[in-house]
Amino acid sequence: MADQNKEIVLAIRDLCKSFGDNHVLNHFDLDLYKGENLVVLGKSGSGKSVLIKCIIGLMKPDQGSITIFGQDVLSLEHEELDRLRMKIGFLFQSNALYDSMTVKENLEFPLRRHWMKKEMNPAKVNELVMEALENVGLEHTIDMMPVELSGGMRKRIALARTLILKPEIILYDEPTTGLDPITAKEIIQLMIDIQHKYQTSSIIISHDLQCVSMASDRVVMLIDGICYASGNYKELRTREDQKVKLFFD
Amino acid sequence: MAITNNLKRFFEETGDISRFVTRFFKEGFKPRYEFGELIRQSFFIGYKSLPLVGITAFIMGLVLTIQSRPTLVEFGAESWLPGMVSLSLVREISPMITALIAAGKIGSSIGAELGSMKVTEQIDAMEVSGTNPFKFLVVTRVMATTFMLPILSLWANAIGLYGSYLGVNIKGSVSWHLYWNQVFEALSYSDFIPSLTKTFFFGFTIGIIGCYKGYNSKKGTEGVGNSANSAVVVSSLLIFILDLIAVQITDLLGLT
Repeated sequence: MADQNKEIVLAIRDLCKSFGDNHVLNHFDLDLYKGENLVVLGKSGSGKSVLIKCIIGLMKPDQGSITIFGQDVLSLEHEELDRLRMKIGFLFQSNALYDSMTVKENLEFPLRRHWMKKEMNPAKVNELVMEALENVGLEHTIDMMPVELSGGMRKRIALARTLILKPEIILYDEPTTGLDPITAKEIIQLMIDIQHKYQTSSIIISHDLQCVSMASDRVVMLIDGICYASGNYKELRTREDQKVKLFFD
Repeated sequence: MAITNNLKRFFEETGDISRFVTRFFKEGFKPRYEFGELIRQSFFIGYKSLPLVGITAFIMGLVLTIQSRPTLVEFGAESWLPGMVSLSLVREISPMITALIAAGKIGSSIGAELGSMKVTEQIDAMEVSGTNPFKFLVVTRVMATTFMLPILSLWANAIGLYGSYLGVNIKGSVSWHLYWNQVFEALSYSDFIPSLTKTFFFGFTIGIIGCYKGYNSKKGTEGVGNSANSAVVVSSLLIFILDLIAVQITDLLGLT
């Protein structure tokens, strides 16, 4: 499976996670290559969100290893994990914008928390905030509160916050859930543009076929806790396997 | 069977709260310190509660004075009115009223705020952003309630005593100077210190229960409502229990 010519930035081996008798991840393996948009496709409750929460260190797996840029995530100390997280952006399904902060404060938050005080040059912070907002086309919302924004705008601002630290890997947790088809298409296009502009590698968790067809370089199907099938979108669509076909019919 | 289940739930929750308190003491005194957030929370919890606590204390002082007067007049002890009311206010009414208002206003708001942050993944987002959410959200709020409650209680004492002064003068005539002389003659440090000490514990209880309920919120928006509601119920009940214990200790130490 591993492509010898491509650099692996993230490798998951033998990952297991159970909740009682429910084995959501059952010896799951995955590689993410540099510059690749990888979509993890699976039905609701199949463990897709659990997978990326394990990757970012928000959940501890029962067994297995997760290696990002050669570092074993599960054995890192808190400070080391924080340093690694600076290279990883995470777009939450619910956007997770801080309600009590303005758009600007939301975007500044990761900078202020990850950077040391001596690095906190206000002009540099402003420049990065404006750049992130320009990337998502919402410069005019800088002083607005999240509650004043539409669903699509909130998703864009969450994406801008994800980009502010210029991550090398971006994890998207169901980026089009709850959006109308037109806005969803805009968000997917934005994700593709960002990937081209910053040469990021991405894992996109989704069950939205529009998202899969537009954004994926490669698709991995998470079924019964394992990597059941993988390939590009066109290949998977034509497979005769019943469990795979169910997603595309 | 239902009783057994309820008992089991009660002991499980008591254990969880104990672990939460232990975590507070473990993480609260280690760097990185969140001074900025502590000051922001103290402002919201302390300063923003001044009007509500003040109005309630003023009414309590006034009403207590008006209602006590007839009985004291009957025994020819009307001159004891400022002293008696000040003792009631300082020793019991101000700390309790302040704590119960704080449980309703601050405890519920902490429970709902953290609960909503939990269900909308804002707490996870904080962790991903290089922040220890327990320190940033819980430690700062618990410290703010612990240190603001005594200040609010002192404020309630002052406003309540002013209300009482007006109450004394509705049907009588006591000068400002004489009124305060009578108040401070009746009061001693042994009235202030136990009352002030217990407000630290009330504040800690309100903060820790509000944070515990919010931080462990489940079941979406329904869970947020439950967190806010149970934060008020549990902390109010604990305030009464703590007050009972405080009175017993004060009594044992001969400070009555």
